[in-house]
Amino acid sequence: MSVNTVSKDQFKQFVAALIASEPSVVGVQAKGDRFVFDDLKSADALRLDYDVSILSPRKYVMPQKETLLKFEVGGDCQSVQDGKPLILLGVHPYDMAAINQMDELFSQDEYDTHYMCRRRQITIIACDVVSPSKNVFASSMGTATVQHGYDMLLTDVGESIIVEVRTDKGRVLMNHMPAARPASEDDLAKRSAVWEKNQHVLNKHVLECKPSYLPKLLEKNYDHPVWEEKARLCYSCGSCNQVCPTCYCFDVQDVVNWDMKTGSRVRVWDGCLLENFATVAGDHNFRKNRSSRFRHRLYRKGKYVPGKIGGQIACVGCGRCITACTADIANPVNVYNQLMERTDIG
Amino acid sequence: MCECCTQEKKDIYLPELATITKRRMLNGTELYMHLQLDSGLEMEYTPGQFVEVSLAGIGEAPISISSTPTQKGLELVIRNVGTLTRAIHKLDVGAKLGIRGPYGSTYPVEQAKGKDLVFVCGGIGLVPQRSFIRYVLDNRADYGKVTVLLGTKCYDMRLFREEIAMWMERKDMCVMETIDEAHDCWDGNVGVVTTLIPKIENELPNSLVMVCGPPVMYKFVLMSLAEADVPQGNIFVNLERRMKCGVGKCGHCQINQHYVCQDGPVFRYSDLADVPEAI
Repeated sequence: MSVNTVSKDQFKQFVAALIASEPSVVGVQAKGDRFVFDDLKSADALRLDYDVSILSPRKYVMPQKETLLKFEVGGDCQSVQDGKPLILLGVHPYDMAAINQMDELFSQDEYDTHYMCRRRQITIIACDVVSPSKNVFASSMGTATVQHGYDMLLTDVGESIIVEVRTDKGRVLMNHMPAARPASEDDLAKRSAVWEKNQHVLNKHVLECKPSYLPKLLEKNYDHPVWEEKARLCYSCGSCNQVCPTCYCFDVQDVVNWDMKTGSRVRVWDGCLLENFATVAGDHNFRKNRSSRFRHRLYRKGKYVPGKIGGQIACVGCGRCITACTADIANPVNVYNQLMERTDIG
Repeated sequence: MCECCTQEKKDIYLPELATITKRRMLNGTELYMHLQLDSGLEMEYTPGQFVEVSLAGIGEAPISISSTPTQKGLELVIRNVGTLTRAIHKLDVGAKLGIRGPYGSTYPVEQAKGKDLVFVCGGIGLVPQRSFIRYVLDNRADYGKVTVLLGTKCYDMRLFREEIAMWMERKDMCVMETIDEAHDCWDGNVGVVTTLIPKIENELPNSLVMVCGPPVMYKFVLMSLAEADVPQGNIFVNLERRMKCGVGKCGHCQINQHYVCQDGPVFRYSDLADVPEAI
């Protein structure tokens, strides 16, 4: 690991060099008054001062629609690994934490080659948050800063950018940054100050307990009235699932080509809030009520998925679901805090 | 090609081809199929497990294994209920299907050795239970008394009729059958499967009880078993969910913290009794 400093102009030259020489560079850029991850055409378009992107970078590690197999109709199937080398530029710490969780989930038990092959070809250049979004609560979730998973981490300290190189993939990219000099003590102190600040300011909604208490809190509140109170207004639209960086449920579908002879088996994003998510043959739905689906999402984030990944809470505090929810009920902090009011968690 | 491909990790979603070697309709909606893997190998599985069955271009679905590993080939029973199963019903002997698996937990084949066993089967719940029943019959000396309770909605829906007739003739097992609705050709028990439970009341508390049937059946059967003082730890249920991936990723089969495709489909009832949404 090395930590370097570059001026903002030098950094822009670095981005231009990446775009010119690397096969594919994706970066955060403006779309209207909001931000998205998209193919980066020029260094000027990159907006590392963004607050939050509409969709998380999960769409690059697990695309909305991903081909798993190709086949001849009624015949044999072949594996498809269609991941390509990609540089993902501007991933915020909370989104990095989400990708770290997905890496663990897709590699544990049954190793998912589709996810992992795609993931290994992605180089992640993370960046610390400059402008907190209106609904971020990463400080509450312990994801305001991130310690691993990225190949390179950028921290804007005003006049210059501190560049931490974490992996070999990151080290190779440093060839495009000839002007970088080793970070001084002063630079490191400035970077620590940004981290210290972000631990507090990325907190527009304040969770009134440590995230590590959530599994215990939820264990005691399966029948709490809040599930019904909130879900009464739910449209079952699944927007909270779609924007969530840690949601990874999927459906598998066969798509036949126009030749009617060949096709592909694809996986597509799915959402546990959608009405038929838990329906089986014969139309029996195991989570027919909106409240049971609403509860399932918040239990997955706070209890079930943590049980699979060593207790890490599967909500990283990006706040996207709060912004996306038409009925204004998706805020996990509001729900968890309401549970806290009536629960002694010791 | 990336590192993990060069390590030759298996693609967990890639089915292997199998050929339909026998097929016959068991009733108006249930198709029995005997399959042989094109690799020539026998699938290694244990009663209770399931496979993902696919027809390229139509889709994939989880299907219980009905055969026993003590015999060759793979037997499945598929109800004509959706797009995929409708297409499978049209296939003749010699046609090919994609198979992935086996997946999921198993019946307690080892733990059950030396114990008395009761199988409560409702409708197509017989299909996965048959795997364990046949396994027990092929290793008959290893197990105690075997009792099979069969409930079917109506006379015409009854499955594996000849095989059940053969079971009924055996001296080393007890088979009781009932149908929900009376029928001119039926002079046996009429009523739901729970009406058979009092008939074996004395044996139940010391038996391991395997239960499989439609969602609506569990509640009533489990209540009857509780009344008969069967400890929850002695009951095994085999649950149905829409396992899209079969490998604990897609989230469709999740019951609270349990993934039916990994922790199930066979659960010890005492592990689920306090889990809402399970049954």
